[in-house]
Amino acid sequence: MIPAPDLTISGTATIEGAPLFAPLSLTLGSGQWTCLLGGSGVGKTTVLRLIAGLETGADFEGQITASDDQTVADRVAYMAQDDLLLPWATVAQNVSLGARLRGETPDIERRDRLIERMRLQDHMAKKPSELSGGQRQRVALARTLMEDRPIVLLDEPFSALDARTRADMQDLAADALKGRTVLLVTHDPGEAARLGQSIVVMTPQGLTSCDPPAAPAPRHVDDLETLETQGALLRLLREAA
Amino acid sequence: MKILSALAATVFALAIWQAIVSLTGLPKFILPGPALVAETWWQNRWIIADHTWITAVEVVIGLAFGTVLGVLTALQLANSRAARVLVQPMLVFTQALPVFALAPLLTLWLGYGLWSKVAMAVLIIYFPITSSFFDGLMRTPQGYLDLARTMQASPRAVLWHIRIPAALPSLASGMRLAAVYAPIGAVIGEWVGSSQGLGYLMLLANGRAKTDLMFAAMLTLGVFSILLHLIVRRATARMAGEAR
Repeated sequence: MIPAPDLTISGTATIEGAPLFAPLSLTLGSGQWTCLLGGSGVGKTTVLRLIAGLETGADFEGQITASDDQTVADRVAYMAQDDLLLPWATVAQNVSLGARLRGETPDIERRDRLIERMRLQDHMAKKPSELSGGQRQRVALARTLMEDRPIVLLDEPFSALDARTRADMQDLAADALKGRTVLLVTHDPGEAARLGQSIVVMTPQGLTSCDPPAAPAPRHVDDLETLETQGALLRLLREAA
Repeated sequence: MKILSALAATVFALAIWQAIVSLTGLPKFILPGPALVAETWWQNRWIIADHTWITAVEVVIGLAFGTVLGVLTALQLANSRAARVLVQPMLVFTQALPVFALAPLLTLWLGYGLWSKVAMAVLIIYFPITSSFFDGLMRTPQGYLDLARTMQASPRAVLWHIRIPAALPSLASGMRLAAVYAPIGAVIGEWVGSSQGLGYLMLLANGRAKTDLMFAAMLTLGVFSILLHLIVRRATARMAGEAR
């Protein structure tokens, strides 16, 4: 894997002249998990989509740069709340979708290794409709890893899961995406406190950086400092509203 | 259970039919009863079978051509803005024309034989196939397209691997509609000018006041259409995502 770069996005976004978010500057540390926490409608998903080079419906004035001066949008892998698995394709086909879309021959060995790592080896030939929500999200994570990109953008990928599955997925993702520059957009203070190596709260007023707990991520769900951070983040969110 | 309820519905319809005949006492050249129609059908079964075969051939060829044409048109429309601007209004306009009005023209151009009826069937199903598949192609869930974008997919690959498979259920519903419409198109073609087919037989029987034979031909057409619909339904189950 190519070493992951630092990533900086700075600028303003407007929708038909009305500001969506105030001038902001957000730096994603190289090889780190940055959690962007905020309520609905503050534009956190827009920030992620801008980095991914996706349509946002907003006019963005500013720039998105990587510390190695290379382009950004073609070096990202993207994972959303909706697992976006193609319902007509098998688990294996879904995992290797990227290669097929680029007209490349998928690396079957690598694919199978990732599927095994996600404990999906018994489900290779199944269709997504035959899987549980957690299994589907593991397929989506395997597909994300299959892309092998230095920058990974996660748009609330675990928010539709039940509490236990969500915690399992957080552990799995934290381990699997180690060493990559990760942006996790979330509205869950607990998730940010568990996973963030850098935590940024987004409110209509702008960005506020918060100190992450001292323990290495992923932190235990009952780690006292993590719980304290979770509380502090929630207070920040409520004060801003 | 399904067969049983279908049977019950049939018996009920026949009972109402018979009741109307008995209560009104209409002469049999106005409204023949079910028993007489059944008898006539049996006596003329080989004639009816011959004409059914002709109509069936017209319908099946029409369905095949219409589907291929519709699919190709929808792909063109989905792929090119220019095609949408230039072709789509024309498509809607052709649908606004009554097919009946075109039938004499088609007979004039293509003759009394098979092809003018095939053309009628194609015309009548072309629009439902095209518009349903086109709608499906244009309604690909945005998330899939976003994902494909981050994977640097070419438009061609997105069309082939995502948009077409995602639109197959829409195409399946278009084809199921087409299976019901195609026989109507073929029969209209036969009415306007032909010497064979169920439409021709109906017209002939009507002209000679053989209303019982007309009913027999009409019911045969109905049964044929239902069978065709069921077959197409079965054949498109996988496309529609129903097969398990």
